[in-house]
Amino acid sequence: MKLIDRYVRRRFARSVRYTDQRLGGAPAYKWLLRYVFPDHWSFLLGEISLYSFLVLVGTGIFLTVYYIPSPGHVIYHGPYSLLQNQEMSEAYRSVLDISFNVPAGLLLRQVHHWAADVFIASIVLHLMRIFFTGAYRKPRDINWYIGLTMLLLAMIEGFAGYSLVDDLVSGMGLAIAYGVVLSIPFFGGQLASSIWGGQLPGTDSFFSRLEIVHVLLIPAALATLIGIHLAIIMRQHHSQFPGPGRKERNVVGTPTWPAYALRSIGLLLAVAAVLFLMGGLIQINPIWQWGPYHPYLSENGAQPDWYIGWLIGALRLMPNYELVIGGYTVIPNPFWGGALFPTFVLGVMYLWPALERRFTGDRRRHDLLDRPRDNPTRTAIGAGFLSWVVIIFVIGSTDRLFFRLHIPYQAQIHFWRAGVWIVPIIIFWLTRSGARALQRSETHPLRGWQGTVIKRNDDGAVQHLDISHNGHATPASEPPVGTIPGQPADSQSSESSS
Amino acid sequence: MSDSPQSPGPQSRLAQAVGVLIALRTAWRTARHHPPPTEPPPPLPRDPPTEYDPSERTVPANRQAENLVAALLVMAAGCAFAFLAVYIVLQTQTQLLGLSMGLALACLAAAAIIAGKLVVPQETSVESRDQLLKTDEEEEVVEIITDGGQGVSRRVLLTGAGGLAGAAMLGAAAAPIASLGPPAGILHQSPWRRGIRLVDDQGNVFAAADIQIGSFYDALPEGGNADSLGAGLLVIRLPQSMIDLPAARATWAPQGIMAYSKICPHAACAINLYRYPLDESTAQDPPAFTCPCHYSTFTPGNGGKLIFGPAGRELPQMPIMIDTDGNLRCAGQFDEDIGPSWWGVRRT
Repeated sequence: MKLIDRYVRRRFARSVRYTDQRLGGAPAYKWLLRYVFPDHWSFLLGEISLYSFLVLVGTGIFLTVYYIPSPGHVIYHGPYSLLQNQEMSEAYRSVLDISFNVPAGLLLRQVHHWAADVFIASIVLHLMRIFFTGAYRKPRDINWYIGLTMLLLAMIEGFAGYSLVDDLVSGMGLAIAYGVVLSIPFFGGQLASSIWGGQLPGTDSFFSRLEIVHVLLIPAALATLIGIHLAIIMRQHHSQFPGPGRKERNVVGTPTWPAYALRSIGLLLAVAAVLFLMGGLIQINPIWQWGPYHPYLSENGAQPDWYIGWLIGALRLMPNYELVIGGYTVIPNPFWGGALFPTFVLGVMYLWPALERRFTGDRRRHDLLDRPRDNPTRTAIGAGFLSWVVIIFVIGSTDRLFFRLHIPYQAQIHFWRAGVWIVPIIIFWLTRSGARALQRSETHPLRGWQGTVIKRNDDGAVQHLDISHNGHATPASEPPVGTIPGQPADSQSSESSS
Repeated sequence: MSDSPQSPGPQSRLAQAVGVLIALRTAWRTARHHPPPTEPPPPLPRDPPTEYDPSERTVPANRQAENLVAALLVMAAGCAFAFLAVYIVLQTQTQLLGLSMGLALACLAAAAIIAGKLVVPQETSVESRDQLLKTDEEEEVVEIITDGGQGVSRRVLLTGAGGLAGAAMLGAAAAPIASLGPPAGILHQSPWRRGIRLVDDQGNVFAAADIQIGSFYDALPEGGNADSLGAGLLVIRLPQSMIDLPAARATWAPQGIMAYSKICPHAACAINLYRYPLDESTAQDPPAFTCPCHYSTFTPGNGGKLIFGPAGRELPQMPIMIDTDGNLRCAGQFDEDIGPSWWGVRRT
């Protein structure tokens, strides 16, 4: 045993020396191995999206080998008898072949599709964690902008991905995208004509262009932004919740090596395990059931992937208004729900850190996180805004609700045209008063009982026996870095941005 | 020594000897133990004494956990072998492939997490945070930059000329954008011309007699490109009592047969839902087409007017005629462009 230990140690020593002599790597290794990760479950959401991205790249490379980006007409002669002798595009046939002919092809295609859905879902949950804990505040606002950009790119990437298949449902999605691009005021017509090379369904090169977007441009952009995102996190160190010994100027948690590295590798493997189990056992997007796309065909009850649902909802909810001036259709209808709505939602989120700085006057650096209750107004605005988007997302399934629950479709739309404005306001008030009540009572409804155990002695004195379950009282957040006692925050010359 | 006047007694000598022995033993121990066991100096109070220091390190030395990790790794290997076996023997058994690979990854994940939690040293450590703020260097940077302009006297001229060059280059570089794609006018095109017969997707010609009240028929241009956006038509027949077309379209419904574009003028989906009142309870609702994407609803009886949903325009109607053989033919262009709205959609 000793011999092996010595041998292993010598190997490590050699590798470290090799890079240290050439790159001076030892200090970087030391820094990396001792980098401290605060322990909180919500910090894993971002890691889940990172690991989903790795699974997406791995499975995606496999699919690229078999996919043919061609709309050329072919006649299907394959194992799926219901499409036998049907005319379809070469692109659609190549994906049918991946599903039925390529060994493990269907598995990897379904893993890829599930991974995309999990990728974006975990990004959104991560975004919510960042918002409700105030983690986007200085100095992390740059990373907030980068994260939002990645969310936008990820949604476009996912849409481009399932549009490549050229089955009936994806064709309908592209038709709607065509309508939305056409609806952009002034130059939408020329833009759509440039992207599609004319009217829908477009020129022969359309799928090649879409594939380059899907397998090269956006993934490269995402990979670059992920690298910058992580580099900035490590430069600034993780934020952390307040707690015993945790301060603005330090970070408390588990160092990378060995415990955190093993746990994080465990998370990577667990994400991959869940995705492979889903890809193998839960069917997703059975394209052979939809059939090939032709502009004159459509499918009832077609639903997009979940992250496009909010746009479908907005398109359905919008009244039939088009702005026409002098015979020119300045604002065609799909613009409102398909372009203006997502632009507004993302725009508000991009502007939020600056808006908060402006309205609270708080320009200090914050490395300790708020609990959602610590800032009732922010939490309430977030909950109201989120509920507004979620309602519109659910409206994307109103036809399914009609089909399953027999609630009249038109009545639902009429109801939500008013409800979409009223419900978020109610949610705002409820959240704010709830957060304030929690703040006053300092209870943790989800964590079970916590508090101080006291005992009154015979002489009447009160004796503290136990302070909370952890043995330490949670201290209130200490003042953020940069605070000079007795001075308003924005009077500090070095930190305030002019 | 014995002749010394104050010669010590035997007890003192013994005590001396013991003292020497203890000193020797201490010296020997000190020499043997390297590094010498020095007590670490008491830590300087970095923080007020009430400050809580969460740093701790425990070494679990947990043999059971090690065995569990080893067992999980062996199970992962077993599942991975199962994946290989399924792949080689059965090839397209998606469920078994997913199950075996998923379980292999799950075992590995469990092994890594258990190792991370129970096998390796558990450490909570405190790292100080870089304040990232170097005010004096900020000023130096600004100085270095401004020093670069030392001795330059004609700043305005240079800035202006540079701006001009930049703007001109930007314009020149952006100009090729104009050559992207065909001009938007191509969006007006339609594959229908007067006289083209209406056929179904198998190429069979529609006769007027084929069109029954209460159903709708998909029609395409004979010999035309079926995948052209404007190709698809919805053909229906209504009783005269339900037809109330604009005056300009008085002849567009021979024998009550009408043709509308299949493409929803909202967002280009193909309309495929048609309702026709067949019993008393629904008789007050006019016959209507509905798009399955965003549920824009159009009434064909009065020229394709919108009665519900988001579409900003009516459903375009195409005039048709019945030739001497009784077949349906196109009688002219749609009353308006087909497809979704855009800047010039209302100007043909």
